[in-house]
Amino acid sequence: MTSGLALLAFLMVATAVAGSMLIGARILRVVSTKNERLKTSTYECGEVPSGMAWVRFHARYYVVALFFVLFDIETAFLLPWATIVREVGVRGLVAVGSFVVVLMLGWVWASRKGALQWQ
Amino acid sequence: MNELIHGGLYGGMIVGVLMTTTAMALWFERKFAARMQSRLGPTMVGPSGLLQPFADVVKLLQKEDIVPFQADRVLFNLAPPLGAIAAISVAAVIPFSADIIAADLDVGVLYLLAIGALGVLPVFIAGWGSNNKFALLGGMRALAQSVSYEVPLVLAALVPVILTGSMKLSAIVEFQATHHWLVVWPFFLGVPAFIIFMLAMLAEANRIPFDIPEAESELVAGITTEYTGIKFALFYMAEYVHTLVASAVGAALFLGGWDGPFAPGLGWMVAKTLALFGFVYWLRWTLLRFRSDQLMALCWRYLVPAGVVLVAASAVWVVWVG
Amino acid sequence: MTALLRRVDPYLKIEAYDPEAELMLLHFGPQHPSTHGVFRMDLYLDGELIVKAVPHCGYLHRAVEKLCEKLAYVQLTPIVDKNDYVAPMTNELALVMAFEALLKQDVPRRARWLRSLFAELQRVASHLLAIGTLAIDLGGALGGGTTVFMHCFRERELILDLFEAVTGSRFHYNTHTIGGNRHDLPEGWAKQAKDAIRVIRERLPEYGALTIENRIFQQRMQKVGVLDGELALELGVTGPNLRASGVDHDLRRDAPYAAYDEVKVNVVTAQTGDCFARAIVRVKEIEESLRLAECFLDGLPEGPINGGKPTKMAVQTKVPVGQTYVGIETPRGELGTWLVADGTHTPYRLKIRPASLHSLSALPYVLPGHTVSDAIAILGSLDPIMGEVDR
Repeated sequence: MTSGLALLAFLMVATAVAGSMLIGARILRVVSTKNERLKTSTYECGEVPSGMAWVRFHARYYVVALFFVLFDIETAFLLPWATIVREVGVRGLVAVGSFVVVLMLGWVWASRKGALQWQ
Repeated sequence: MNELIHGGLYGGMIVGVLMTTTAMALWFERKFAARMQSRLGPTMVGPSGLLQPFADVVKLLQKEDIVPFQADRVLFNLAPPLGAIAAISVAAVIPFSADIIAADLDVGVLYLLAIGALGVLPVFIAGWGSNNKFALLGGMRALAQSVSYEVPLVLAALVPVILTGSMKLSAIVEFQATHHWLVVWPFFLGVPAFIIFMLAMLAEANRIPFDIPEAESELVAGITTEYTGIKFALFYMAEYVHTLVASAVGAALFLGGWDGPFAPGLGWMVAKTLALFGFVYWLRWTLLRFRSDQLMALCWRYLVPAGVVLVAASAVWVVWVG
Repeated sequence: MTALLRRVDPYLKIEAYDPEAELMLLHFGPQHPSTHGVFRMDLYLDGELIVKAVPHCGYLHRAVEKLCEKLAYVQLTPIVDKNDYVAPMTNELALVMAFEALLKQDVPRRARWLRSLFAELQRVASHLLAIGTLAIDLGGALGGGTTVFMHCFRERELILDLFEAVTGSRFHYNTHTIGGNRHDLPEGWAKQAKDAIRVIRERLPEYGALTIENRIFQQRMQKVGVLDGELALELGVTGPNLRASGVDHDLRRDAPYAAYDEVKVNVVTAQTGDCFARAIVRVKEIEESLRLAECFLDGLPEGPINGGKPTKMAVQTKVPVGQTYVGIETPRGELGTWLVADGTHTPYRLKIRPASLHSLSALPYVLPGHTVSDAIAILGSLDPIMGEVDR
């Protein structure tokens, strides 16, 4: 039995809950008549914000992000195999094993190079 | 059509129970933390403060809704409901007992991993949309953390899939009910996988010691800095629901779900979930916080290789021993 | 890049860093949960990495020094109580010691012992607060940090109770006067104090387990915010922060005042100069201060507590022309009072040298090369009190 429809119904319930909270708040909440610039400016510890927060942010973990892509693809390959480990037996084990070993060699190389250090 | 009604009915029930449990868990946590710190906790609203969470919700409903003029209004408003929906949706595939499942998907494990990972997007949307520097830092941290911990999470979740040969959560629990709970046998695979799974789940749900995205002592309130009223409440709720659901998933995958003697399945499932949930809070009120680079190092240096080894070991175990 | 940044001039022009990098200026404070009051750091961030830090203080300026020029000598003790609001006892002590030095006033032995006793108890209370707030900075107000903080407050409460029993107030005691103390110990106080000391000593291992023996705490603190002894001396950093950098300096031993010349003070030092060293020095100083407090309590001599001559109008007490500097070791370091008297009943100039201000001056040197999370740990480990910094 595929339960796509049941899932859809569940998602609708979840949306309805979040939506009803928003609507409830819309009805109940206080509406202020004052909407000064200072009040609606962003919070920066009580100082006037210095410039926007939309800057070119130096994400130091882009190597880690690349690793994530690699390992996530790995797990995407592992997932279908995981359900039929018994059926494919040793042949599957060898095939997947060689793939994982190559990947982990890459991991060892990267950690030797210090790519997994944040800074 | 039947399925739609089934899903809606069970969905409504499960979400209702989930919300109430979350509220009660809030009360419990506050009392628990207070006891740990030799305080009293909430005492004023209702008997021993039981109604405190509801009072909080009512208060938050009434709060003024402030949108910063510099913010991206669409993203800013979109993030909180998305976060709440993503957190609640995971509950769809959790088997609360042999027949209380909203949607018993064949790819249940895959679904919950996918939706669980989706939870970081609203967080980052909020961080970026607020146009606040603290929120931006929080969002970036959340992204880095989620992206990293996704890998050990999937690897740890693969272990029960390999051992039971199914991605259907009800089948996994059924297998444990007929054989052994996975933390009991084979414990040398089940226990480490369980530990990695819970750690990664804590990191995904941004709980201490992994709560660096909101690290209120560093980033004021992280991603929720600019949010007021119900939008803040939605984020807050999403986090609690996420933790609760993560505990339920951990109970189902490794602790045998509804299986247990003398009591109905639902009772066992709820008991196991709440025990894990309580443990998470015990950790929360005891431990300090990691720094983001230490967190990443922990993940990539230890958890990922450990996860790979576990997956390989369980495959070998299944092929040779059965 | 990191290693290089650490030793550069903190007032370096930002363009020298990396013209390609888009730096983000983040106002860290004054309204921030972890800046220990109203303190502001302007952080120039490259991602999460701090490139340059510019501290700003003065948000809590109350013109205490100017006020001191307008009030009579005997009216000043309650004013300076509010400077370092975590350790008021030592504030008063530094002030009255300056007056006594110019007046050439002798202090009876019992009063001197009482002063030392109070100072040591105050040091325990202050260090407990420092550890608690440091834990909050590391663990968050909604997490394990608060647990440590609450436990520390529980013990601090015992000491405040003791002070309340003596002076009638829990915070701003106003108990030191020119020539001695205002309040003598009430009946049964010694036993109460003994009990409190015993309880705190029993519970100290708990804090050790929650902080300095905790692996997360160690990872967060070790090798972070290293302040070497040379730089610390150059900046005038004193107290636990200096001792954590390996400089063996303690005014209680090196320039004894009150009753410290009559007992042996063991000075706690650490070598690494990082945040962890600063935390560990504080924890060990609690132990040492408990020992000293017990020592002062046991050997407390009998006798009068005030050697001042009774006057009709205390407000009219005149201090002869001259100037003096008196420095004492408060929980935060050297608290100095520089007094210029012109022979009237008010000081001509009263300069207070706060220890926290000098600790904070290390920030621009220490912060670059660390992340935002580290900045909080470093600031917390320096244990500044803004009331004292801004006066």
